[in-house]
Amino acid sequence: MILLWLILVPLIGGLLSLPAGRWRDDAPRWLALAALAVDAALVLSLFADTGAAPKTAWLAQIDWAWIPRFGIRFHLALDGLSLLLVALTVFLGFAAVLCSWTEIRERQGFFHFNLLWTLAGVIGVFLALDLFLFFFFWEVMLIPMYLLIGIWGHENRAYAAMKFFIFTQVSGLLMLIAILGLVFLHYQTTRTLSFDYFELLEADLYPGAARWIMLGFFVAFTVKLPAIPFHTWLPDAHTQAPTGGSVLLAGVLLKTGAYGLLRFVIPLFPGAAQDFAPFAMALGAVSILYAAKLAFAQTDLKRLIAYTSVSHMGFVLLGAFAGNAQALQGAVMTMLAHGVSAAALFMVAGALQERLHTRDMDKMGGLWALAPRIGAITLFFSVAALGMPGLGNFVGEFLVLLGSFRVDAAITAFAALGLILAPVYALYVMQRAFHGPASPREIRDFGLREMGVMLFLIAATTWMGLHPQSMLAYTDATVNGLTRTLAQRGT
Amino acid sequence: MTADAFTALLPFIVLSAAAVAVMLAIAIRRSFRLIFWLTVGGLLASLSTLPHALSVAPLRVTDLLLVDAYGLFFHALLLLAALAVALLCLAYFRRRENENEEIFVLLLTSTLGALLLVSSAHLAMFFLGLEVLTISLFPMIAYSVRASRPLEAGIKYLMLSGLASSFLMFGMALVYGDLGVLSFEQIGASGAELEQKPLALAGLFLILAAIGFKLSLVPFHLWTPDVYQGAPAPVTAFLATVSKASVFALLLRFFTTVHAERSETFLCVLGLLAVVSILAGNLLALLQDSLKRLLAYSSIAHMGYLLVGFVAAGLLRRDLQAETIAFYLAAYTLTSLAAFGAISAISDDARESDRLSDYAGLFWRSPWLAAVLTLSLLSLAGIPLTVGFVGKFYVFAAGVQAETWPLVATVVVGSGIGIYYYLRVVLAMIQPADAGHRLALHPAARTALAVTALLVLAAGLFPQPLIDAAANTPHSPTTADNQHRAAALPAAGR
Repeated sequence: MILLWLILVPLIGGLLSLPAGRWRDDAPRWLALAALAVDAALVLSLFADTGAAPKTAWLAQIDWAWIPRFGIRFHLALDGLSLLLVALTVFLGFAAVLCSWTEIRERQGFFHFNLLWTLAGVIGVFLALDLFLFFFFWEVMLIPMYLLIGIWGHENRAYAAMKFFIFTQVSGLLMLIAILGLVFLHYQTTRTLSFDYFELLEADLYPGAARWIMLGFFVAFTVKLPAIPFHTWLPDAHTQAPTGGSVLLAGVLLKTGAYGLLRFVIPLFPGAAQDFAPFAMALGAVSILYAAKLAFAQTDLKRLIAYTSVSHMGFVLLGAFAGNAQALQGAVMTMLAHGVSAAALFMVAGALQERLHTRDMDKMGGLWALAPRIGAITLFFSVAALGMPGLGNFVGEFLVLLGSFRVDAAITAFAALGLILAPVYALYVMQRAFHGPASPREIRDFGLREMGVMLFLIAATTWMGLHPQSMLAYTDATVNGLTRTLAQRGT
Repeated sequence: MTADAFTALLPFIVLSAAAVAVMLAIAIRRSFRLIFWLTVGGLLASLSTLPHALSVAPLRVTDLLLVDAYGLFFHALLLLAALAVALLCLAYFRRRENENEEIFVLLLTSTLGALLLVSSAHLAMFFLGLEVLTISLFPMIAYSVRASRPLEAGIKYLMLSGLASSFLMFGMALVYGDLGVLSFEQIGASGAELEQKPLALAGLFLILAAIGFKLSLVPFHLWTPDVYQGAPAPVTAFLATVSKASVFALLLRFFTTVHAERSETFLCVLGLLAVVSILAGNLLALLQDSLKRLLAYSSIAHMGYLLVGFVAAGLLRRDLQAETIAFYLAAYTLTSLAAFGAISAISDDARESDRLSDYAGLFWRSPWLAAVLTLSLLSLAGIPLTVGFVGKFYVFAAGVQAETWPLVATVVVGSGIGIYYYLRVVLAMIQPADAGHRLALHPAARTALAVTALLVLAAGLFPQPLIDAAANTPHSPTTADNQHRAAALPAAGR
């Protein structure tokens, strides 16, 4: 039941904040924080239940009949991987609410409704183990996100929101067809119609079918990830979204694509995934370098960070398809660490936009002297993003490279060049925005609320960097399961 | 006539009686509210007889009518839709307190025609039902006689409908000339050598063309946007739901009973019609600035999706085909009622609000109405939480299982384009506007919208009851017989 409440609490919180906006302007914000606090308590209780290192793969489950006509069940389950990602979602939910505190001044009720419903959809995605249910949540989270971008976004919001929705929706339909293909092929051999994950894990597909169906899933997930060449929606969506929306997009929504690869593509189609791995890894490596190069060419701060997201998620793609324990652990670690650092950077960009009314770095400069706290925090997260040892991102990327080197040295060497490009764009941001000739204006430095959020994020990044084992322990069982599947059925 | 036959005919009898009663009441006393309540009473009374009719179904009442569960499902759907339209009419025509009661007579007679249509088992009844439906529709479309657009729309519909009827008659004549029978079943019995009967086959194609007119399949769609736009909004709602659903239900019954699917040419033509309808409907909808025209083109595309389900599920198995069509039509009817209902609710006889600019900032002026319209647009686009999604899921499931990949690909492309123009409306509604200028909704319109929106949502979240109704299984299956239910789905072609 606790799993259901994880989803229901934000849903109900969202519904409550709708009318609350009419009552008092800031009531929805407090309601949203309250709902997230309840969710956080639920997540903590799950952590407490499992102890430091979970023994079994699946920690909690609920499984109810939903649409018996098609063998569709309301099946939620949680393992270490889901648990970490749900925790990240709730954690960044707080960040998203707190960083929109002063930015969103109108229609707060509806804003927080959309925010909470996006979070509920994402949590649902991380928990669903019925493929139909998964698709359901996958699509449901898009609408509130679309509204977040479309209503509270910046100057070009309509275009960005539309592009975001069409890309993700059409790729989602491909996934639906792939799901149906898988289900009906399974039905042909076993005469049971089921959308259940565990049931379909047993599906015996002939290689040709498996390849096509896997591709359907793969495209849907890489659009969301995103990887070259499906990334074009992301810079627009990120740039135009309000800060809270960007935080959710970069921190959480992109992770649903990576999660899909780990949860569905590789376990369901181990053989096809292994055949496809060289292409996928190459795609990952190209994403890392190409997006890093594009990032360097941007003058729009948010756009730059958006491209770096594409670049970092390339590591996740690389690690996921390398398929050994280190690489997979690295992919998970990168997901978590990038979630935190990208969210923090978008919050900085949002804060600057709110203060300067521009995202153009050519119009910034010398901000360090005016706002030293913002500067220091940007420096910290830039350095985190470029992979400084001791911080979370380093652990993730290092493990990915370590693991994939054993699989394909050439691609890995190529991808590792990304580690050279990352400092270039990170330092470029610092140089353009924070150093150089000072612009003669006053800006407000981070206040107590913002510093609180940031310190929290800094602590998380440092914790991941210094004590990664505490996180990896949770995903051990899942990762071992994955590698076993690949070893058994992949040959 | 036996007692059973009488019971089976009760829905028709009650509805006809209601039409007569309403007509007489108008002659005695012109009161809009009184007539409205009489109409609602008649529709509800007819609805209440459906369980009785179901208890004797399936029953062949004379040669002309077949009362079975499939037909009764549509009776319920059509009567509910007519009820919603009656509510919308009350709100829409509120300013013309003197001369507008007749709309309810027409509403009742056209609903009767639709009911006859879905239960017909004979070409004669087919024609009669269609004409009763259509002839009542002309004056409804042209009801606002003081405006020129409704008149133009009415004439357009009259002309093209007449043309369609002549196609239909000629097709029936050819079929009769070749086979010498008129009942669906008897045509089906001689259907094995249909490919060797060129005249009968040509007749079937002519009948298909006539149905294509009514369903506005491409290339028979030209009247649709003009008539949709010109008709008063509640009538458009009626046209889009009752008329479309009843004709499509008949299409399924007719062509499966005569075993038209045995003819490969026929299936190819249907598939082709589906593809061009989806593509043309969606592409033309992109260009529209009038919400009514946009929905008109989108309805063309939706008839295409339905045909995909028709062809694909038809390749698999008969009961799945009926279930797919029934579910999708129910979903489409509910959704369209919500969408056109929303248009109708903010328009009235004095002014049709169907330009996209009329909807700018609606989210802030009338959040409630905007939410209903958004919900219906999302349902049309096939996004989860809504019943439209489950409908589209049916189409995809049938398409994938039957491995009709070109059709499935067309549906994907069509859906992709569809999202763009549905969201364009949503985008217009979320544009900033001052909340001060609020819209007042008539309680009748509010009721109709609330109920349909709630149904769209409820059937989207918990579709099983509607699935059971569409599949004509009165008892909801438990998980235990999941296996058994699953076996109802057949293996794919290979």
